[in-house]
Amino acid sequence: MTSVSRTAADPNAVRPPRAVVGSQISQDEVIFGAAFDRKVVRRFAEYLKPYRKTMYIALVTVLVFTGAQLSIPLVIRYAIDKALVGDTGGQALLTLAVAVFAAVIIVNYAANYLQDRLVGLTGERVIFDLRSAMYAHLQNVALTFMDRTEVGRMMSRLQGDVNSLQEFLENSITAFGDLVLLFGIVIIMLTLNFELGLLTLSVVPTLFFVRMVWLPRARKAFRRARETNSINNGALAEGIHSIRTVQGLHREAVNLELYGDKSQENLRAHLSSAKFAQVMVPIVDTLTGAAMAIVVVIGGTLVLDKELDVGVMVAFLFYVQRFFDPIRSLTIQYSVMQRAMASGQRIFEVLDVPLAISDKPDAVDPETVEGALELRNVTFGYYKDQPILKELSFKVQPGETVALVGPTGSGKTSITALLNRFYDVWEGEILIDGVDVRDYAKAALGRHVAMVLQDPFLFTGSIFENIRYRTTGAKREQIEEAAKIVGAHKFIMALPFGYDTVLEQQGHNLSMGQRQLLSFARALVADAKVLILDEATANIDSYTERQIQIALQRLLEGRTGIVIAHRLATVRNADRIIVLQEGRIIETDTHDALIAKNGLYAKLYELNYASFDDLPEDIVNNTLTAPVRS
Amino acid sequence: MDSTTSAKEPQQLSSRIYARSYAGLEIDPDRNISDDAIVFWRIVKLAFSNRIRITLALVGIVAAACFQLMIPQLLGDAVDGALGLVGKGNVSVEAGRDALYFAAWLLMGAAVMRGLFTLLHNYCGESIGHLLAYDLRIAFYAKLQQLSFSFHDHVHTGELITRGMLDLEGIRSFMNTGLLRVFLLIILVGVGAYLLISTDLVMGLLALSFVPFVMWKSAVSRLKLRGLWWTLQEKMAVLGRIMDENLTGIRVVRAFGAEPYELEKYDVASEEAHTLAAERIKTRVASTTAMTFAYFIAMGLVLWVGGTRVIEGQMSVGTLTEFLTFMTILQLPVRQLGLVVNSFARTLTCGARMFGVLDLEPVIGDRSEAQELPANITAVKFENVSFAYPGEGLPTVFNGISFEVSRGKTLGIVGPPGSGKSTIAHLIPRFYDVTGGQITIDGLDIRDIKLSSLRSKVSVLAQDPFLFTASLENNITYGNPWAEDADIRNAAAISQIDGFIDGLPKGYETLVGERGASLSGGQKQRVAIARTAMLQPEILVLDDSTAAIDAGTEQRIRQALKEQARSAATIIISHRLGTLRHADEILFIENGSVVEQGSHDSLVALGGKYAALFALQSREGEETVKAAKGAAE
Ligand SMILES: Nc1ncnc2c1ncn2[C@@H]1O[C@H](COP(=O)(O)OP(=O)(O)OP(=O)(O)O)[C@@H](O)[C@H]1O
Ligand SMILES: Nc1ncnc2c1ncn2[C@@H]1O[C@H](COP(=O)(O)OP(=O)(O)OP(=O)(O)O)[C@@H](O)[C@H]1O
Ligand SMILES: [Mg+2]
Ligand SMILES: [Mg+2]
Repeated sequence: MTSVSRTAADPNAVRPPRAVVGSQISQDEVIFGAAFDRKVVRRFAEYLKPYRKTMYIALVTVLVFTGAQLSIPLVIRYAIDKALVGDTGGQALLTLAVAVFAAVIIVNYAANYLQDRLVGLTGERVIFDLRSAMYAHLQNVALTFMDRTEVGRMMSRLQGDVNSLQEFLENSITAFGDLVLLFGIVIIMLTLNFELGLLTLSVVPTLFFVRMVWLPRARKAFRRARETNSINNGALAEGIHSIRTVQGLHREAVNLELYGDKSQENLRAHLSSAKFAQVMVPIVDTLTGAAMAIVVVIGGTLVLDKELDVGVMVAFLFYVQRFFDPIRSLTIQYSVMQRAMASGQRIFEVLDVPLAISDKPDAVDPETVEGALELRNVTFGYYKDQPILKELSFKVQPGETVALVGPTGSGKTSITALLNRFYDVWEGEILIDGVDVRDYAKAALGRHVAMVLQDPFLFTGSIFENIRYRTTGAKREQIEEAAKIVGAHKFIMALPFGYDTVLEQQGHNLSMGQRQLLSFARALVADAKVLILDEATANIDSYTERQIQIALQRLLEGRTGIVIAHRLATVRNADRIIVLQEGRIIETDTHDALIAKNGLYAKLYELNYASFDDLPEDIVNNTLTAPVRS
Repeated sequence: MDSTTSAKEPQQLSSRIYARSYAGLEIDPDRNISDDAIVFWRIVKLAFSNRIRITLALVGIVAAACFQLMIPQLLGDAVDGALGLVGKGNVSVEAGRDALYFAAWLLMGAAVMRGLFTLLHNYCGESIGHLLAYDLRIAFYAKLQQLSFSFHDHVHTGELITRGMLDLEGIRSFMNTGLLRVFLLIILVGVGAYLLISTDLVMGLLALSFVPFVMWKSAVSRLKLRGLWWTLQEKMAVLGRIMDENLTGIRVVRAFGAEPYELEKYDVASEEAHTLAAERIKTRVASTTAMTFAYFIAMGLVLWVGGTRVIEGQMSVGTLTEFLTFMTILQLPVRQLGLVVNSFARTLTCGARMFGVLDLEPVIGDRSEAQELPANITAVKFENVSFAYPGEGLPTVFNGISFEVSRGKTLGIVGPPGSGKSTIAHLIPRFYDVTGGQITIDGLDIRDIKLSSLRSKVSVLAQDPFLFTASLENNITYGNPWAEDADIRNAAAISQIDGFIDGLPKGYETLVGERGASLSGGQKQRVAIARTAMLQPEILVLDDSTAAIDAGTEQRIRQALKEQARSAATIIISHRLGTLRHADEILFIENGSVVEQGSHDSLVALGGKYAALFALQSREGEETVKAAKGAAE
């Protein structure tokens, strides 16, 4: 293991490096809530509703199980007092006692089995339901929310938090059983012998006092341990995701050291929390010992004085030992409950994220659209008071291909995001066929507007599945046809399993351009009336691009297209070019007209070729006559 | 880290498997017992490497068990004392009372001591677990950082994260709730058995009659549970991957209105996982409750047979109490046995998965005689290089490619998608090793150069750079955390991003969203360029780094980089010929071989593929294209 100390790497460093590992989005989440949060429990109960009957049965089995457990010492006591110590009918009574005992343990077994099984299975079911509900909800949550939220954090809610609720559900039934057991023991002890019972229970207040002192400190320690855990895991996830960058920039040593610091903190927090968790053990044991001593001395004296049956004393000893078990496990359950409440809070927080973009009740879902697009006075931005698009208006006729051009950050991608209603506009409106996008069903937008995103994203799975994606009805020929149009067919066939070759995460086993081609093909298969190409060929050479354009021409007939590109050669054949700067339209016209106008577009165009301008005339002329590769 | 059974990183795998997310790490779920034994012994060895704590824990366990075992006897004595029967003969009331007090004191003492020793062994057990987890955590992180690209290509990030989180947790919790608990159980049952059997052979055997059943049952269910754990873990990994990719690719999902499709994909995976999870619960419940039942049956037998003996006068009530109390002591451990079995099953799975990663040897590492690179290198040279990405059936990318770039010079590379341009960029810093020929720097094969030395001189700006969820400043200084403010500003100015950053309310402290989600495509690329501009590499590779940047901005960046380029050998991969125009030499690559080579002018004059590309991109190319189109129609 390599470890370079900070100062060794740079002896002159007077300050810590500008380096961090793990997400820097603040970690101020509720890690531990109150042990009981009515709101969380009520909402959680809703998920239990479908299984109400099962839960009632489970509760009954818990009561039966606890009852059986409570009666076992009583049976033993009966056997000892009546059959063994008593003078009459020994053997017969003993047989009876054993028979009762057998009956009790059979009931105990059945109840135990049913209880564990019902609770376990229901718990698991509810947890899967809850996770599905969260996942389904996230499908419709506004992108503004998703932009601000890390995937890892959502994943930890979908996995970690859901699991701690499950733990809670399983435990809460056991906790219920423990409580019943506790009360049962107290009542039985007091009925068996009131004074002895009272004396024995006199140790309990001490326990509560100790716990009162212990709890706040322990809670803090437990919380710290959990916090450091999630920080650590976040850093690990980041390290894995960024591994290529880390190796490329040679950051291993620094990262390992920073990660080491975090792990050290985590270790310290856990050791301290282990101390707190264990310190209660000898205290509870001492109190158990004290209670037993009381039974032995007081109870024993009573027995000697013939005021108490031996069997009662034995039963007492049994109960005393069992008495502290539920107390001990209730202590554990307390922290489980706290954790569950915090998890519940986080889960319901996700479920409560408003569906900023949801279908109106009378949303339209037309079978086909013409493909006329219009932006009317659109103002939009990602942060308050920082508009990115400013009172933007333009129209695209059905069947027209319009190019968006402008310096980086001018808002081109943002416009496409709005057309697909990733976000809602601040002001103005966006119309498709004269209908506001907000009045369409979301599914309709997805069907009629297809997009090649600037960052191609591919899913783990076969190439075939990736190109087909949502259009599950598409035939294999359609997939191959799309692949041929974008010129991907050849390289796909060269792969060992052709279209069935499985892509690695995000298509890492393909070149960047190949990924882009697949994402392009995916949009073609979707067969939408409006096609948006956001830098769809930025990582592809002009020659291949040109071939795609030629192949596309037939496909694009009658479809509306929006093309974004920095390479102006890509867009010069568009019907119209819209030039954007800082969220405003500077000019719009055909390529030739714009060049003639000599505005921003002409300047950009000039820059595109500035480097060629110093070419000798004859070479340029030569190129003109050079044959285009066939 | 102990690595007696070290495996090689996956190099030769069948393509099908290679393409699966678990490739190379696949461990046969039906693997045999001896593999389990190896994993188990490695975990035990790790636990025992912490000598002091393990000794303390064991001492604690033995002592706690002894005191625990004293309690039934003391209680038995007390009952006998209460009945006025000490030992075998009848004794007076006073003697009985004395016996009571004596027993009470001893009981107190035993309880306190048991508590203290339990504290000792539990704390030691827990802390061994945590210390071990700490070591494993760091070893795992360090290992992942060392493992080469080919490994990370094959293994899904979610899979590695699960290993680092859940499997590690499984091993950690095993220390106290599995391994040490078993010691406690063995001692309790063993010593108890000895005491009981030596008190009364038949009764002792009766009291322990449930033990063989429990052992058999736990062995059977361990096997079954292990299989279930394994498959469940895999199903959960699939489910996790589906969720993760859905959230990461959320824009694609939204753009295609694919929510119903994604939900269905999820539901299928979720149901599969759920079925297994339910199966696991059923198995567990069936075995634990059966174990408890067996225990109670034994108790009933003790009561029956013991009771009969008491009636027959062969045994005292106290002795019977002693037997029965002993059994109550065993109740909790028996209940826990189910958990322990579960823990064993889980840990063997977790351990195998953890060691599966830790045992991998990076295929790319230092040779023993590796050297440092000298300062001021003069040239990097590809000599007849062949390369294929690791994986059976994968086509070769290069078949003998040669070229050279020297200090101060710039090499441009163009070519269609998939022609191998990025692969060239990956080979220089040894992200992958060549499969034939060699790459040399100043005549030295790069495989004979220390990796750290090589990588500190080579800087590759990747085609899809990764940005961190951190401030812009931290992102820019990622490769040089000791940079000063002036350096940062300088780098931002070079990459033309300074204006944008200064315009942000929080400037350099602005947080970049996950993977740069809050930046435009061009802004992302410029931050990445700034990150590279912070370094002073001697070999600089820019892989299509300005594709999302407009020509004007790009030209300014190129100007600003000129200074740096003077002291470095530069390779620029680009589809924009304007970018390559000034390169000293340009390679046109197709299907992994150099088809044209020369300066811009000479290539244009050549009138081949490069010239055709140029025609498409130049102002005049427009007419060429129009002419071609006209001809086609
Ligand atoms: N999700 C987001 N959250 C916050 N700000 C954003 C987000 N996406 C874009 N921006 C900001 O909005 C502005 C416009 O971005 P947009 O992506 O629309 O630019 P663009 O014209 O597509 O640029 P490029 O050519 O570089 O891709 C940029 O300043 C960017 O930083
Ligand atoms: N990690 C990988 N595993 C397996 N095959 C790969 C991997 N990366 C790339 N390939 C394959 O190797 C070939 C060369 O890819 P490379 O990334 O070098 O192309 P490129 O020239 O950079 O293309 P582009 O212009 O699209 O970026 C392609 O056929 C690609 O599918
Ligand atoms: Mg963009
Ligand atoms: Mg590439």
